[in-house]
Amino acid sequence: VPDYTLIGHNYQTPDLVAKVTGRAKYAEDFRADGMLFAKLLLSPMPHARIRNIDTRAALDMPGVVGIVTADDLPKAPVTTTSAADKTPPPNEVAPEVALAREPLYEGEPILAVAATDECTAAAAVERIQLDLEPLPFVIDPLDGLRPTGLSARKEGNVFVGRELKTLRWTDADFAQIAEGRFPMNAAHSEQQQFGDLNAGFEEAALVLEETLYQQSTSHQPLESRTAMAYWQNGKLYLHGSTQSVARTVPSVAQWVGVPESDVVIVSEYCGGGFGSKIPGAHSMAIPALLAKKTGRPVMMRISREEETYIGRVRPGFQAGVKIGFRKDGRVTALDLFIVQDSGPYQRQGDMQLAATVASLMYQPLAMRFRGISVATNTPPRVSQRAPGGLQGIAMLEPVISKAARKLGVDQVEIRRVNVPTAGSPFGLSNRQKVTSAFVREALDKGAALFNWEERKVRSGKRRGSKVTGVSAVVSNFMSGSVGYDGLVMIRPDGTLAIHQGIGNLGTHSVIDTARVAAEVLAMPWDRCEVVWGNTGRHVPWSSTQSGSQTTHAHSRANHAAAMDAKRKLQEIAAMDLGGRPEDYEVGNGRVFRKGSAGGVLTFATAARRAIELGGKFDGHEVPGQVHAMTKSSVKALAGQGLVGVAKDEYPRDGLTYSFVAGFAEVEVDVETGAYRIVDYLAVADVGTVMHPRSLGGQLHGGAAQGFGHAATQRLVYDKTYGVALARRLHYNRPPTILDVPLAMTWDAVNLPDPYNPVGAKGIGEAAIGAGAAAVLCALTDAVGDGLVGRTPVLPEMVLAAIEAIRPTNDRLTPYI
Amino acid sequence: MATIRDVMPAFELYQPSSLDAALALLDQHGENALLLAGGLDSMDWLKDRLRTPRVVIDLGPIAELRGIHPSGGGLEIGAMTTLTDVVRHPVVREKFGILVEGAELAASPQIRNQGTLGGNVSQDTRCWYYRSGWSCYRAGGNICYADTPTALNREHAIFGADRCVAVNPSDTAPALIALDAKMVIRNRSGERVVDAQDYFIGPGHDITRMTVLRPGDILTTIRIPDSFAGAQFYFEKVRDRQVWDFPLVNVASAMTLSGGSIERIRLAVNGVAPCPVRLTRVEEAVQGRARNAATADLAGHLAIEGATPLQHNGYKIPLLRNLVRRAIRGVERAWETS
Repeated sequence: VPDYTLIGHNYQTPDLVAKVTGRAKYAEDFRADGMLFAKLLLSPMPHARIRNIDTRAALDMPGVVGIVTADDLPKAPVTTTSAADKTPPPNEVAPEVALAREPLYEGEPILAVAATDECTAAAAVERIQLDLEPLPFVIDPLDGLRPTGLSARKEGNVFVGRELKTLRWTDADFAQIAEGRFPMNAAHSEQQQFGDLNAGFEEAALVLEETLYQQSTSHQPLESRTAMAYWQNGKLYLHGSTQSVARTVPSVAQWVGVPESDVVIVSEYCGGGFGSKIPGAHSMAIPALLAKKTGRPVMMRISREEETYIGRVRPGFQAGVKIGFRKDGRVTALDLFIVQDSGPYQRQGDMQLAATVASLMYQPLAMRFRGISVATNTPPRVSQRAPGGLQGIAMLEPVISKAARKLGVDQVEIRRVNVPTAGSPFGLSNRQKVTSAFVREALDKGAALFNWEERKVRSGKRRGSKVTGVSAVVSNFMSGSVGYDGLVMIRPDGTLAIHQGIGNLGTHSVIDTARVAAEVLAMPWDRCEVVWGNTGRHVPWSSTQSGSQTTHAHSRANHAAAMDAKRKLQEIAAMDLGGRPEDYEVGNGRVFRKGSAGGVLTFATAARRAIELGGKFDGHEVPGQVHAMTKSSVKALAGQGLVGVAKDEYPRDGLTYSFVAGFAEVEVDVETGAYRIVDYLAVADVGTVMHPRSLGGQLHGGAAQGFGHAATQRLVYDKTYGVALARRLHYNRPPTILDVPLAMTWDAVNLPDPYNPVGAKGIGEAAIGAGAAAVLCALTDAVGDGLVGRTPVLPEMVLAAIEAIRPTNDRLTPYI
Repeated sequence: MATIRDVMPAFELYQPSSLDAALALLDQHGENALLLAGGLDSMDWLKDRLRTPRVVIDLGPIAELRGIHPSGGGLEIGAMTTLTDVVRHPVVREKFGILVEGAELAASPQIRNQGTLGGNVSQDTRCWYYRSGWSCYRAGGNICYADTPTALNREHAIFGADRCVAVNPSDTAPALIALDAKMVIRNRSGERVVDAQDYFIGPGHDITRMTVLRPGDILTTIRIPDSFAGAQFYFEKVRDRQVWDFPLVNVASAMTLSGGSIERIRLAVNGVAPCPVRLTRVEEAVQGRARNAATADLAGHLAIEGATPLQHNGYKIPLLRNLVRRAIRGVERAWETS
């Protein structure tokens, strides 16, 4: 890694003081003249047809101003460019709408009331007469596959592509389930494969077959998805909580039914999303539509209970795996079959991503993935931090650990023999290659820092009622995309503005990637301003803030924009001071002639010259290849300074993935089943380290969320009534700061990725699988293989395993 | 009529500054009034619109209900004293460590700053069916939703179920029972004092209440006698998370030793029955016996006799057995929490 001035150094982000002093304004903190408050009426049933809604008594209440129902939704959503000219399949699934006519899960919004205050709005909701016809429902995905069972939707029970189809398992399949075994020969709806699976298993010295369960967990960001909307001169102004900003515009436009150019999104701060707030959402459309209907601004605050219903959920897995190993632990064949809880609305990609992540992590010689994306009448599923990656790593790493114990291979070693390196192939039917992978380096560094050789001696050691378990695990997830736009402007006052269309969801990438532009222009950081969080301030087309792609994508985009600005500075200097552009260098807010005194132009002067020159220099001409949103932003900024704008066209050969090696020690109380994480270390391969402090935050924050998935967090549904029981945060039990070790540590190998101008890769998601798997592997290391492959592992499961009493739940039972 | 939750309805708030004024207000408003201590239980009921009192009487401003005062060799603790103040009090720490642990392991630091000792022992059950507003026995209906073959009941009772299988969630209750605390109750007609173990009632007694408090009653004081001051204490709570969680099972014991033998002992558990349970049979069996592993095993086995597990809470049987064993035998604290 080169000796950068800004990259790789800790610094104070410009949003920090506002956050810690409470001055930062989140969506709920905004007010507008005449603002109304909205409350939702949620479906009390998991599946129903609305026969009638009588709103008269509500509308008669003083203070009630308006109500929106499904009748108020845009008739034909404005199609985005990407969705245009695709012919829908014949049995296309009706998509989720903001307000339902046929609610498909308990808690689905049916209507919203706007009133002068929230108390009145809530009381008005209570006065609405709702006539519902209950319809059949499915909560457990396996119930949705029963031979004579029900389906979550009348169109079918299984999502295949954009369609709903019907697929049933047999009595014989369910006989296996009754014995606690996943039926590996049951029917599937999707399959991918490479290599010769049978040959792989024949070659194996050890073949493990495991039944696996990975829970659905709700996202539960601390900031609920509150939104406030008003209309001004035909434009929608929406204050929301979104992970992305630029990319929220098209999705809100579609939900509300207006052109993208009529939507302004303000979201400077986002109190977490974890994948549930990637673009816009129906919770933004509802206040927007109410504001349009009433002609007044509308704030819709989302309570924690509502957040639990509409705030999205990670798809759970009920799965089986068969893995073959050589004597040294090398994976020869991997056969993975996943039944995925996909919620009511659409196929989810988690199961396929789980297979992809496994194909990269273990480099099997042959692999098959089969899956079924089952519809259920539970909250809509969506990506959650490492979608499929967490579930895949959390369920397969304990199987790898078990194999290591059976083969007598060291836990670090079995991972070393399987890990990928730069250029390693992965994926199933569509084989790709990875741009860089320094996993061995991460494992070696971690083993040294964790004192693995000494630590592993503690495995299974008992002290009083406590037994120690240790683990070494690996995790990966995608970590970069390409092809987005960067936009910077040198202003006549000599400052550098870096316009960011990505969101500020707490990871710092919105600021960290801006520093790449400052680095390229050798600009002192205190003379830079990052413009973010408001599409009214002219931001470029950007990646969504998802898939850990932002750091990679926007370090590229900002690099490209800054290089464009630098070329323009050099051209202006050559024009005004003589010589050729390449004779000039930039630094400290000046353009100067290389290697000689004199011939200096300040950025301030250059910016004024750019305005005089016009054309490409000040944004009056825009490169053709940038996105329409970038073009309109540049148009709005034109004439205000020297504009650097470019689409990222840097090469990339392969796909970008980051990796984490996780090490944990747990202590299990064999008399109570309670366990605690004593120590955790994460060592990351994230390419060049951009900002050490925020990297540490991601590695530990991700790990803590992984601990929650493994140990404490849960959704709870009563299958008989089809409704949620864990409706509140304390029933959901996300992990707390006291559930993580006092002194967690982290490090990074800090080796650059070859296909990023500064070597950067993302990290948000690979971190979570490492945390979850490290706990689960250490736990099984302490108390045995009976707990392999399940989340969450609650104290009673540990105790039942130790006491050999009847388990508190069946192997494949969701929602305990 | 449609249902909406998580929005507090409007009510009239009274903030009396004396106990007499509070009792007068209670008398005046009768069933239309809700008593508010720290609010950690009441606010949930209000926000869920499951209780819609016209009047809320906030006991917060009443100075005489707060504070910890010496009384004989023991203490008088005002019912409105926060759990944090209980935990920090030097005499409680010195003489009644078991109450410090019970209070300190409750909830979270923020909740302990607001939650009161009186509220902690008087709180309603946290059964998620009942708290979701289902019309169960406890809510005046004729079914227990938690006691069906498909119900989710890992946190429910293994003892003492009578139609309702919900448990008492208090962490301080078993400590107070082990310390032989007395609960002082006032109403307009006077004062009465009940033993801590009799303060809590099960569904067989009255399925709609968790304590002996009747409308018009206010718990004013918790008296801790000196009978077990500085005794051998044991408290442990097993929960899913290390903070902000109710007990799966908790246990409290206070004992005095004579030589190596157990001279006097009081032992109570919670999270296993509709009310906290004093294990008198165990106490009697171990009294006079050597404090050793054999006595601990005997206690553990006696403690679980007659337990009837539901579908998902069979683990509470070995858990209770092991915790009672530890309460007799003593063990290193499970792990430090704060």
